[in-house]
Amino acid sequence: MGLFVQQIVNGLALGSIYALIALGYTMVYGIIRLINFAHGDIYMIGAFVGYFALTTFNLPFGVSLVLAMLIPAILGMLIERVAYRPLRKSPSIAVLITAIGVSLLIENLAILWFSPDPRPFPQIFPNMPLDFFGIKISIPQIIVFLTSVALMIALNFLVQKTKIGKAMRAVSQDKEAASLMGIDTDRIISLTFAIGSALAGAAGVMVGVIYPRIQPLMGVMPGLKAFVSAVLGGIGSIPGAMLGGLIMGLTESLVTALISSTWRDAIAFGLLIVILLVKPSGILGKSTREKV
Amino acid sequence: MAQQTKKNSTYDGYIALASALLLLILNLILVSGKMPAYYSGILGFMGINIILAVSLNLINGIAGQFSLGHAGFMAIGAYVSALISIYLQWPFIVALLCGGLAAAFIGILIGLPTLRLKGDYLAIATLGLGEIIRVVILNLDITKGARGLTGIPRTTTIFWVEAIAIITVIVTINLMRSTHGRALLSIREDEIAAEAMGINTTYYKVFAFATGAFFAGIAGGLFAHIMGYIAPKNFDFMRSIEILVIVVLGGLGSITGSIVATIVLTVLPEALRGFAQYRMVLYSAMLIMMMLFRPQGLLGTRELKVSDVFKFFSGGGERDD
Repeated sequence: MGLFVQQIVNGLALGSIYALIALGYTMVYGIIRLINFAHGDIYMIGAFVGYFALTTFNLPFGVSLVLAMLIPAILGMLIERVAYRPLRKSPSIAVLITAIGVSLLIENLAILWFSPDPRPFPQIFPNMPLDFFGIKISIPQIIVFLTSVALMIALNFLVQKTKIGKAMRAVSQDKEAASLMGIDTDRIISLTFAIGSALAGAAGVMVGVIYPRIQPLMGVMPGLKAFVSAVLGGIGSIPGAMLGGLIMGLTESLVTALISSTWRDAIAFGLLIVILLVKPSGILGKSTREKV
Repeated sequence: MAQQTKKNSTYDGYIALASALLLLILNLILVSGKMPAYYSGILGFMGINIILAVSLNLINGIAGQFSLGHAGFMAIGAYVSALISIYLQWPFIVALLCGGLAAAFIGILIGLPTLRLKGDYLAIATLGLGEIIRVVILNLDITKGARGLTGIPRTTTIFWVEAIAIITVIVTINLMRSTHGRALLSIREDEIAAEAMGINTTYYKVFAFATGAFFAGIAGGLFAHIMGYIAPKNFDFMRSIEILVIVVLGGLGSITGSIVATIVLTVLPEALRGFAQYRMVLYSAMLIMMMLFRPQGLLGTRELKVSDVFKFFSGGGERDD
């Protein structure tokens, strides 16, 4: 029982990182129906920005985190403007291939600039486990979980309560009608990329805090799994992405502890297929009726 | 003039003749031993990639079912045929066929439930299944896990690869022109309309999936017997992406497009070898550029015909596409 609860704690910390990445996927997919394959690499860039801010420039953690959100946000907007916007009217597969191309480009530039060797992420918080009735929770885990939850609350406020959020929801519901209502859809799409990328950048720093090793290809697998989380929760739904991310993190840490870490990836994708077959719209997604 | 157009349509058959001639010349160079091993190696991989691309084009381009798990089928074919060659020592062609059939069987098994999904969801489900196949191989004892399978007889020759690539292309082109192919095209264009016309869409979709998986399995078998060593990392998600990129770049639904794109994309990274570390950066930048300026792929859904070549050289009459 102790092991089980312990794994739930680990799973929640990992899951909150998946949730942060999944939010970017779900928002972008909700607004332009694109699986943004480059999103996992933006998360990697976030980790590296955090790394350089903390080590080379010796900035405090808070400033580093802000920088690690700001630079990926600009990068995300740039990618959307240069690579995706010219293809707005093209078949979705062309945009998907472009996204794969962007992903490969970022990865290979990162290998070129940062070298392919893994680097140790600086330990900012003492890795001291606190004991709660026999369950050990480390300080980094608490920080990661709390920061993620704070970011998600901020996002929810932005999307539900502000005018920009209202415009974002309108564009994802019906792009044409939104533009007829005077919403600059291109600007909103750009903003969506910025917000999603900023969250991914934050996730990059968070992962550096718990698993202190970063390298240029670190974004591939978490990117895929975060997308799976987004589908799991219902793609296009923001609370769905948070829930999906947490479920993914929990499943992974439980499978690792109870079965074997080598089966972890198979279980994650197996979960996806079961969900797709039983309820393709995801746990919290709305099922849309298909028009003939 | 009418006679001219009639003549043009018969030129189409010459594309096979022209490529056969080209192959003959290549083989003559090969047999004479004047070709360095480096080039014959590239030719072998080019042939395998042609089989993979054409078979994926059958699923993605002709039937319009967006699959991202082709490397999984390739892995099944590779491992089944390699294990047969190692432990049972059956003849090479039997091992290859068994690999293909195993992949086709798994294709049917996977296809039946997942092909109910559409578009991006199908893509993600097939991606997931491809990864599951890889993880299962990683965890089985008989496949030796991550260490990989060694000691596979290196029986694949360029001739085998060429012959099977040609057979794959002929089968796919003929399939496209048959009742089955027409049904698949109609599903691609409008699934609901196709169903209304009395086409059993599930049957045809699973059929396309299984046929594509069969050829991918054969390609996997060829790959295993050319390398002599296979490991799960040879068949990861990036391999599926690589094949998809070839198909999309050549033009979804265009068989000749797939062949042209395979040749371009196999030669391109080799040609860029001089740039060493910038190679992959240039490759991905070119990929983005090509998609930005020609999103429908090199050939779109058109097929390269000999008559086009004649038209091109006879001063560019109006094209009717």
